[in-house]
Amino acid sequence: MHTTHAENEANYLKYKGKYKGLLGWILSTDHKRIGLLYLYSIGTMFIVGALLGLAMKFELLAPGKTIMNAQTYNATFTVHGVIMIFMIVVPGLPAVFGNFLMPIMIGAKDVAFPKLNLLSWYLYVAGVFLVLSALLFGSGTPDTGWTFYAPYSFKTGTNLLPAVFGAFVLGFSSILTGLNFLVTIHRLRCPGLKWTKLPLFVWTLYGTAWIQLLATPVVGITLVLIALERVFGVGIFDPALGGDPILYQHLFWIYSHPAVYIMILPAMGAISEIIPTFSQKHVFGYKAIIASTMAIAFVGWLVWGHHMYTAGMSGTAQYYFSLLTFIVAIPSAIKVFNWISTMYKGSINIQTPFYWAVSFIFVFMIGGLSGLVLGALSTNVYVHDTAFVVGHFHYIVFGGTGFSFFAAIHYWFPKIFGRMYDKAWANIGWLVFFIGFLALYTPMFYLGLMGMPRRYYDYLEEFHGGNILSTFGSWILATGLIIIITNLVRSARKGPKAESNPWHGKTLEWAVPSPPPLENFDEIPVIAEDDGPYNYK
Amino acid sequence: MYSSEATQASNFVQGVDQAFLIILGISFFFLIGLTVVMLVFVYKYNKKRHPKPTQIEGSVKLELLWTIIPFALTMLMFYIGWAGWKPMHNPPKDAMEVTVYGRMWNFSFEYENGKRTDTLYLPKDKAVKLNLVAMDVLHSLYIPAFRVKQDMVPGKKDNFMWFEPQKEGEYELFCAEYCGLQHSYMYTSVKVMEDSTFTNWLTDTTMVASAAEVESPTATGRRIMQSIGCFACHSIDGSKLVGPSFKGIWGEEQTVVTGGDEREIVVDEEYIRRSIYDPNADVVDGFNKGLMLSYEGQLSEDDITNIIEYLKTLK
Repeated sequence: MHTTHAENEANYLKYKGKYKGLLGWILSTDHKRIGLLYLYSIGTMFIVGALLGLAMKFELLAPGKTIMNAQTYNATFTVHGVIMIFMIVVPGLPAVFGNFLMPIMIGAKDVAFPKLNLLSWYLYVAGVFLVLSALLFGSGTPDTGWTFYAPYSFKTGTNLLPAVFGAFVLGFSSILTGLNFLVTIHRLRCPGLKWTKLPLFVWTLYGTAWIQLLATPVVGITLVLIALERVFGVGIFDPALGGDPILYQHLFWIYSHPAVYIMILPAMGAISEIIPTFSQKHVFGYKAIIASTMAIAFVGWLVWGHHMYTAGMSGTAQYYFSLLTFIVAIPSAIKVFNWISTMYKGSINIQTPFYWAVSFIFVFMIGGLSGLVLGALSTNVYVHDTAFVVGHFHYIVFGGTGFSFFAAIHYWFPKIFGRMYDKAWANIGWLVFFIGFLALYTPMFYLGLMGMPRRYYDYLEEFHGGNILSTFGSWILATGLIIIITNLVRSARKGPKAESNPWHGKTLEWAVPSPPPLENFDEIPVIAEDDGPYNYK
Repeated sequence: MYSSEATQASNFVQGVDQAFLIILGISFFFLIGLTVVMLVFVYKYNKKRHPKPTQIEGSVKLELLWTIIPFALTMLMFYIGWAGWKPMHNPPKDAMEVTVYGRMWNFSFEYENGKRTDTLYLPKDKAVKLNLVAMDVLHSLYIPAFRVKQDMVPGKKDNFMWFEPQKEGEYELFCAEYCGLQHSYMYTSVKVMEDSTFTNWLTDTTMVASAAEVESPTATGRRIMQSIGCFACHSIDGSKLVGPSFKGIWGEEQTVVTGGDEREIVVDEEYIRRSIYDPNADVVDGFNKGLMLSYEGQLSEDDITNIIEYLKTLK
């Protein structure tokens, strides 16, 4: 598993190919450069989405108008949702860390289809610009919510079509990345790297890729149907034309629920790498974690109806969806048990990525357990479409995927940039962010239990207290974000040079220099029979 | 509102709250337990205290244990959730029926004798079946104190919910499904009264049938507009909402867009009638088409005459 490199060999950051400067990046088919292109574009959009979120929280600081009118507020939560879901958490970890690390982790020089990989990024950027054009041109920013529910999405006078088309294009980016990863993981594993020796992060990318490939076309078709209906008046979803609005909800959630697992599986994968490394211990229950990953990827397909308990489905359908929703909770619980057991009798080196990983487990548990309230029929009827749901999915999507993303960036940062960040500032940033996160989203559970519906521009006085705390939380969280991002951006250029294996990890990416050379390995590594990604003996 | 004050406000409260208690109880137990165990491990097996890790690859027994126990618990939670929800779908045959109309952005309620209101008045201890009619887009009728919620889907047949109020009082009723600009203002209240008080209220049709005898046309006009929710979109103080303000509208000169062409009109009886029955024919310049639905069949010629009398007073 050990490979050697001549010291003077150009790393991927310094390498000069046919093109220089910016062109050398946007025309590069190197999986590492593409990973960074995603990091920068997703990072930029994340800042936009976060600013919109802050604006919404500011508006909700007090009842009545605070800084914006109702139309602006409705547009703000719509664009916040579209950006955060379609442009950040769906591509998220696979596009950034999957692209950068997966080929190295399986001992390959690149993904199976490097040009297709670059095309995926182009499609991502095209989708982003299409969506943004809906904001800047035409008859107003879309105000339907990120779910584009019919028939409101046919009635609104706002400029919806570019946003819908943009989401469609983003879907293609996702499909192609999924396809590329599937083929890569099947075909390009180095000799000796059996399926049972694959790092868990790669396993989760594998499960995710299947969902990307199979579920995304459903939303693509649905978005096309919306466009047809809006432009030509074909009656599919609009009851005024003889369509069925509940059909739209089914089609939307058949994709969008599995999409939640697209977001969370790679996040779980990154955590499954970080905990063994910092515990210096073999991951507990390797095969159980793989089985639970694949179980989530499979059962995750069958639970979309839990978004629709109050929509008017048949009672039998609701019964089954609730049952299956409880079943899909079990593999997630298994993962939590295994992560915690991995720490047992380890030798724990507490560093920034480990802080993120432990806090990930904490917030993910809250997100998951609040999901039980939503999975059960009678309690769902009460809290559905209230602030409780908003709290729940921010705990999962931001708490889960977001915390894992920050854990991953602090874990792989020295590998990606060949430099180390300021650890003290990184820890302070984590603590401030963590406190802000709890203050921002926890009150939403309370508000939902009090009966405050979601997507409310204005609210009754009795909901004021919880909203004040939530808004304060958003400011603390933003402060944490500023500390984290400043530290990382600064350190990528000026941080001290990092060793090739600062955390003493066992997976293959730690066996190559930091930053990795252009083609990762001089010679394709061979994994010995008694070697493996978590063998710390 | 989820508080002890509202306990037993309807027949579903007990079942739903029991499910909340059990699920939240199990959740807190696991959250606190697992967090404590995790923190103990992080402390105890810190490399300062535990420099040499012990390699353990897993345990089939433990994996089985923490698959079976969560499975049993989730099935319990599923059952308890189902048990509290099941009766929500089986209204008693003799339930009193009220038709609820939801439109952007208000609710109106029609009783079996034809009485219409903007607030839901109900008798205590009597099952009520609400037949839900969405006029334009999705809405959702949500009464937190009763633990009930049901989406109102346009075009859907057999769209209903039921419950039995069990405590006198006034409760909030929200729209829970996002429905556009004024979504957060689409709320009203439920007033639960003693059966006899309710019967008196319901049979007191003077307010509707012979309103003209007891009320001035102006007051009648205002009440009609209130009950069908005109003021959700049209202010009476001159502020601009989704539609033009009613302040000083009578006799005013307006620029309207008719089929793409602008023209000047004066607000008179004929214009108001057309704006109510065919709202998208002439749209005042600067406002959007397609937001208002026709009130044909819901407002009679007499109603409109009363409305006009009221509008004349809004100088």
